[in-house]
Formats: sequence, structure tokens, C-alpha cells
Amino acid sequence: MICQNCNKNEANMHMKRIINGRAAEVHLCSDCARSLGYGEAFSGFGLGLGELFGELLGKTDGAASGAYCPGCGKYFDEIVSDGKMGCAECYGVFYDKLLPSLRRIHGKATYVGSKPALQNGVSLEEKVEELKNKLSDAIAEQNFELAAQLRDEIIAITNKGGEN
Amino acid sequence: MCAKWYLGTGAQNDVVINTSIHLARNLRSFPFPGRLSLPDKLKVNAVIKNAADSIDNYYFNYYEMKTLSQSEVVSLAERHLVSPEFASSRDGRALLLTEDEAVSIMLNEEDHIRLQVMYAGFALDDAYRTACQIERELSGKLEFAFDDKLGYLTQDPTALGTGMKASVVLHLPGLVSTSQITKLITTVSKLGLSLRGSYGEGAAAKGDMFRLSNTITLGISEKAAIENLKSIALQIAAQERTAREELFKAPVTEDRIYRAYGVLRYARLIDTNEFMELISLVRLGAVKGIINMDCAQIEALMIHMQPATISLSVDRPLDRVERDKLRAAMVRKALM
Repeated sequence: MICQNCNKNEANMHMKRIINGRAAEVHLCSDCARSLGYGEAFSGFGLGLGELFGELLGKTDGAASGAYCPGCGKYFDEIVSDGKMGCAECYGVFYDKLLPSLRRIHGKATYVGSKPALQNGVSLEEKVEELKNKLSDAIAEQNFELAAQLRDEIIAITNKGGEN
Repeated sequence: MCAKWYLGTGAQNDVVINTSIHLARNLRSFPFPGRLSLPDKLKVNAVIKNAADSIDNYYFNYYEMKTLSQSEVVSLAERHLVSPEFASSRDGRALLLTEDEAVSIMLNEEDHIRLQVMYAGFALDDAYRTACQIERELSGKLEFAFDDKLGYLTQDPTALGTGMKASVVLHLPGLVSTSQITKLITTVSKLGLSLRGSYGEGAAAKGDMFRLSNTITLGISEKAAIENLKSIALQIAAQERTAREELFKAPVTEDRIYRAYGVLRYARLIDTNEFMELISLVRLGAVKGIINMDCAQIEALMIHMQPATISLSVDRPLDRVERDKLRAAMVRKALM
């Protein structure tokens, strides 16, 4: 298996991580693992048992201490200390940890508002066109439940600026 | 030289000085500025500049911040075209600015893109329309970091969501003199807004100038946030007018205005703080019709009399006394 990060070397470190309840597998070569900070995840094994427990008990959130974003390499601890996210991916990786703070800051944590013209390389117009096609198919098949859902999706997208 | 945004007189101009809309956006394919190396920042600047260059009806001048002098950068901050934070560190940062200075785009500040549209007077809808138009154009060419649940993703989680900050700058000498301002600051904070000194912080705001902005960006749409800000701003403006009426019942108010005018007209040395305090009174008098001066002229003067902007006007660094002397001379000339 080839390393997911450099796509060159043979991957010799395999990890399973659970992000937002979904298991994700990571395969890396030793160089990439070190540069992305995965080495740190195992550093505890070199310690004596007593020290290891001390290390775990010393942290208020043991699980959070080693967590980092694979997108930019920023550790969750760093985000806590400087209050800055590293990249867009950080939000997905640390979503559950961030949610309580986001609620505290904004009162709500569900987005309402305008949407970007370009998402995942697809423009809004293309997206609307695609939904409209699906809508006519759904109507042709007399699947009105799906049709209603698609109609709402189209309204949500075309309603720029987002009425509240 | 093109006429600047602040030279127009806008709606609600007796209280509302100007309106601005800020939008924060990030490119999906790059980490946020805090995690970007210098070469990557320059790459981000180039990508955004390219997209901005192809927008119809808007022409942007492009400045690499590193190529500007310290005075030039501070003057941009004094004119509220860039944030003080942006001015403090210049490496890898750039600015796109229209000739009339109504639209500025800070590149690699807290976010890759900080778009600002600023208009004179009370013009939230117009400013938002322009900001949206430019944002749409950019958004069709650049893919922004966006999440269906969280909205536009920003480096600072407090700006997350719409990434929009709408502000109006209010002149509130009436509410300051009648000691209502502190209470007002507390009240608006409960409504998801903030009220802060526009020059200088808190209740010690210079020139009685305050900036009212929305603080909540998640769970409320852009339009709803603007409507909310609009209604609170109008209520504050109404309160300010009532306070001014009270103020003018005492003859001392008119006396203070004429004295302020007299000092500005004849002083030989004047520092920023004193200037701001006096020009605030003169503005109050001008709105009332006591002093024959145009509000737009006063606004322009307030911006031009800030320390770095003054130094720029003579193209050499000035010491404090030289600057205060020059300021007094320029004010005298403006008031003649």
C-alpha cells in the first residue's frame, strides 16, 4: 500500500481513527507520519507505566491532547491556546469538541444564510439544474415525497441571502 | 484624484456618519493565513488578485503591504481601509482598493479575504448589495471554504457562519453628555450587537464617534442581521436626537460650540485628542445650523487630521510639535 500523504513511499503505519462517529483509516509512510505528528501518538509507549498514567491524569481531556487535523497538522491543544483554526478541515475534525463553544458564542450552531456560488467544484446553477432534473424525474415517477424535498432544496439554494 | 466615499452626504447624516459591510472568506484549497508559509501567502494573494481583476465595473489597485512605508500603512488604518491588526504586520499581506476607497479587500489578514464596502451615511442595504455583488463574482471564480452546517469557515470561530460584520458609525455627543452611553453599551450587547469607540475604545471614544456592529454570525441570515442592526441604529439615532434637544435647552451648549469653533479657527498647535473633542462640538453645531459647515467637510477633516495621515500629506516624518502645528494650520485653513 502506498502512503496517502506523499503517494510515493510504501505505507508502513496504519491507523484507524474515529471522526464524528465515522471510522477513517490512515495509511502513511514513516516520514510522513512523523512530519504530520502521528509519531507523537505512540510516544507514550516509551514511557514507564507510572509516567504514562501521570500523563493521562494530568490532562483534563486525555483524548483531546493528541488530536490534530490531518489537513494542516494543527493540534487541538494549539487551537485551544490561540483560538485560531488551522484550515477548513479543522472544523470537520474537531466539530464535536467545538460545538459547545460555538453555541456559547452565537447562541445557535446551525447555519442560515447565503451559499457560495461554487461548492465542490460545482456551481450553484449547475446544482440547481441537477436538482430540477431530479425533480422532473420524481414527478414523472409520481414520487411526490421526494419531489417536495427536492423542491425545498431548490428554494433553499435559489433564495440567496437566506431569509430568516 | 477621484472623490472619496466619505465626501458624499448620506441619509440620517445628523447622527450616522458611515456604513460598512465586512465579509470574511477563505479559499478552500489553502490553510488559513496563520498556517500559511510566506510563499503560500503570496500564492493566495495572486489567486485572489486574478479573480478580482476580472470583476466587471470595479477596478482595484493592488498593493503589497511590504512595499508601503509605515506612515502609508498607518494612514490606511486611520482611514479605516485596513484594520490596525493588518497594519501591524505586513509580510505576505496585500490590499485591493478601488479608487474611491469605497471597496477594499484585505488579503491574508485573519482570513484570506476580508472584503469591506464603506458608504457615507446610513446605507446598509446599498453597502450589502455591493458587497454581495463583488462576493458573488469572486465566489464564481474561487471556491470558498464552506460547510452546510457551519456556513463560511473562518480562522476565528467567532466570525464563522455568514462571516459578515455590518457596522454603522454614529456620532453621539448627546448621549455622551447626558451620561447615557455606558448603559446603552450594556443594552446593545444583550441584543447581539456591540457599540464601541470608532477612534479609541469604550466610553472614552474620541470625538463621540461610536461603531455599532453585529456580533452574531451563526444561526442568523445576513438579511436578518442587517434588519436587526438597522432597527437598533435608528432607535439609537432617535434617542440621540432627543438628548441633543435636551442639551440645547441649556445656553452653555451653544457657548461650548462657539468656543470650540473659535479654538479650531485660531489655534496654532492642536493635538489629535483636542481636535477630536472640538470637532465633535462643531459637528453638533453644524447639524443644528449654528455653524455654517458641511458635514461631509467635517468627516473628511476628521480623517485627514489623524497623525499618520497628516505626516503623509507632507511626505516626511514629523515630530509631535511639528505635526500639531501643521494640524492647526490645516484646520484654520479648512475653517476659513
